[in-house]
Amino acid sequence: MSFERIKEKLNILADAAKYDVSCSSSGSKRSNKNKGLGNATGMGICHSYTEDGRCVSLLKILLTNHCIFDCVYCVTRKSNDVQRAAFKVEEVVSLTMNFYRRNYIEGLFLSSGIFKSADYTMERLVAVAKKLRLEENFNGYIHLKSIPGASDELMREAGLYADRLSVNIEIPTKSGLKKLAPDKNFEDFVKPMDKVKNEIIQFKAEKKIIKSTPVYAPAGQSTQMIVGATGESDFQVMRTADHFYNNFNLKRVYYSGYVPISNDSRLPQLGSAVPMLRENRLYQTDWLMRFYGFHVNEIVNKVHPFLDLDIDPKLSWALRNMHEFPIDVNTAEKRLLARIPGVGMRSVHKIIYARKFRKLNMDHLKKIGIATNRAQYFISCASNQLQLPDLTPERLKSIILQKSKSKYTGLLSNQLSLF
Amino acid sequence: MRIRNLIYDGSFDGFLSTVFLVFEQRITQVQIQSQLHASDSLFHDNEKVFTDEKKANRVWKGVEKYSNSSGSYHLYYAFLSELPGIENVLLQYLQQLFAYKSDISKDYSNTSVLQVVQTAKKVSREKHRMEAFVRFRLTKDHLYFASVSPDFNVLPLIKKHFTRRYSDQKWLIYDIKRKYGLYYDLKKTEMIQLEFPKSFDFSRTDKDYFTDQELDFQDLWQNYFKSTNIASRKNLKLHTQHVPKRYWKYLSEKQV
Repeated sequence: MSFERIKEKLNILADAAKYDVSCSSSGSKRSNKNKGLGNATGMGICHSYTEDGRCVSLLKILLTNHCIFDCVYCVTRKSNDVQRAAFKVEEVVSLTMNFYRRNYIEGLFLSSGIFKSADYTMERLVAVAKKLRLEENFNGYIHLKSIPGASDELMREAGLYADRLSVNIEIPTKSGLKKLAPDKNFEDFVKPMDKVKNEIIQFKAEKKIIKSTPVYAPAGQSTQMIVGATGESDFQVMRTADHFYNNFNLKRVYYSGYVPISNDSRLPQLGSAVPMLRENRLYQTDWLMRFYGFHVNEIVNKVHPFLDLDIDPKLSWALRNMHEFPIDVNTAEKRLLARIPGVGMRSVHKIIYARKFRKLNMDHLKKIGIATNRAQYFISCASNQLQLPDLTPERLKSIILQKSKSKYTGLLSNQLSLF
Repeated sequence: MRIRNLIYDGSFDGFLSTVFLVFEQRITQVQIQSQLHASDSLFHDNEKVFTDEKKANRVWKGVEKYSNSSGSYHLYYAFLSELPGIENVLLQYLQQLFAYKSDISKDYSNTSVLQVVQTAKKVSREKHRMEAFVRFRLTKDHLYFASVSPDFNVLPLIKKHFTRRYSDQKWLIYDIKRKYGLYYDLKKTEMIQLEFPKSFDFSRTDKDYFTDQELDFQDLWQNYFKSTNIASRKNLKLHTQHVPKRYWKYLSEKQV
C-alpha cells in the first residue's frame, strides 16, 4: 500500500473522529481463539494519551467524512468546507492489524459520515468488522458506530462482530436536536439502540440454554451527549442520561464539552472555552449514579438544576443534607459510607475490611487514602467523636475550599469570571 | 544483640529460603538483603543463604494456606519491586501471618500490611504500564521486538498477557536494565538471556535490523497521535500525569 496516501487519509479521518470521546476498551469477554491475534478480556488498556490528556486505546477513525447530513455541531457536516476522504475496507483492516501487532492499540473504533444512506454506510462498517474477525482471526476490541436509521438486520450482524456498539444522541434535548440537526429525528437514534438492547437480552437468555450461542456485543452499548451547545441544564443532561441507562441498559454515557467548530449563530462562538470543568462535574455525577447508589434527583433537580463548579457533586449534596451526618465509619453500612465526601468506593471497601481487625481512627483513614480534608467534617471514628460545630453549610464550604487546593483553581477563576 | 545480615541470591525462592531459615533458627534480629543490592557493612557480617527450592515451597505452601489468593500475590508483587528493605517488610508480614494463621491482607490499618499492599499496587501499576507502553518493532527475521527498562521487575508478571494476546507472531520483550527477556516462539514463552551486538542502539530503528516498513508504521502512528488530539483542550499536566516522562523513551509518538 502507498504509505503517503494512507497517511493523508489517516490525518483527515482521525481528525474528524476525535470528537467522539469514547475510547473504552474494557468489559468485553472475547478471548483469543485458534491462535489468532489479540485478546479482549477484562480490563482496557490506554496505550498512550494525547496532549489533551485523553486515553488512546483504539484506532479511532471514520470510514469516510463524506456526509449527506448537515448537523450544525458536527465538523463533518455537508456544508462545512473541509477536505474529504474515504478509506477502503482493506485499508482499515490492514492499519488495525499492523497497529495491533505493534501493541499501539487495543482495537478499532470505527465510525463514519453517512454517505448515500444509513444502511449503505452501516453495511460498510459491518464489512470491516467481519473481515477482521473471519478472515484475519482478530480477537481485539471492535467498537462500531450504529448509524441512526440502520436496519434491524444490519444491527443484528454488527453485534455479532463488534464488542461495543454506540449511537451518539449528541443533543440532550429534543428541542435542541430540532434546532441543530433538522435532518435527523430522535426516533432514528433510538431505533438501533433499541434493537441492540433487545438482541443483548435475547443473547443472554439463549446463552443460558445453548452454551454455543454466538456472543452479541459483549461490551454493550454506549452513547455520547455534547454539553454546552444548546443552553441545556445539568439537570436535563443527567435526566436524559438516567433515562438511557434505565431504558437501554447502556454501559456508558459520555459527556463531551462542546468544542466550537463553527461560526453558526445557533452555537457558542469560535474561540469560546470548552466547558471542561462542567464536563468533569457531569462525569462525577454519572459515577455517583452508577456506583455510589445516588438517584439522579438527589444531585440535580428542579431546585438545583446546575452542579456547583467549585466543589464536587457529592460534597454539594452533603452540604444540602447535613442532617445525614456524622456517619460512623466503624459501624455504618456500605451504602452510607459511600455518601461521605472524600471517600471513594475503593476506600469504602478498604474501610469495611480494615475495621474487622480494629476500630479505625483518623490516622488509619488518612493512610488508607481517604481525603480527610473533606471527610473529617462528616465522620466519626475512634479518635474523634465528632461534635459538628454549629457551622452553616455555607461556612463549612468556605472552610473546605480554603483548606484545599483544587487542580481546577486556574480554570475555575476563568470560568466563573464569565458569569 | 547482634543483627544477622542474611544475603540471598535475589530470586523469590532464595528469599523464601531465607525466611525458612529465620523461622527455623528463631532469629529475632535480622536483616535480609539481595546479593544484587547488598552492600558490605562494617557493623555486621554478611551470611550467605543458599536457595533451597524445597524449603521455599514449604514457606509458600504456608502462605497459601493462610492467605486468600490476592494476599499471596500481593507478597509476590511487592517482592518484585526490588525496593531496598522490602524483604524486611515482607518478613514482618509473614511473621504476623504465621502468628495470626488467617488472611491478613486486608488489615489496612496494620503498617506492614499497608506497606506491602501499597508496594504491590505500585508494581501492578508498572505491570499495567508495560502492557500499555511496550512497542513492538518488526525485525528482518520476522520477530516483533520491544525493549523496556521498567522501574520494577515486572517481566514475569506480563508474560501471560502477551502470550495470550500475540499468539500468532514471534515476539521478544527485553529488559535492558535487568538483562533478560521474554521470548515467544509461537509455542511457548520463556525467559532468555542474550547478547546484543555492541553497535546495537535500542532507541534507534536501524535499517540493518528492522524491516523497511517499520519506520513507515511508526510514522503513521505518530501522525495518528497528532490528528486525534484536540488542541483546544490541551492539558499537558494531565498528559504527563498519565504518561510520565520516564516512559517517553518507549513511545515513538513522543519522539520528535
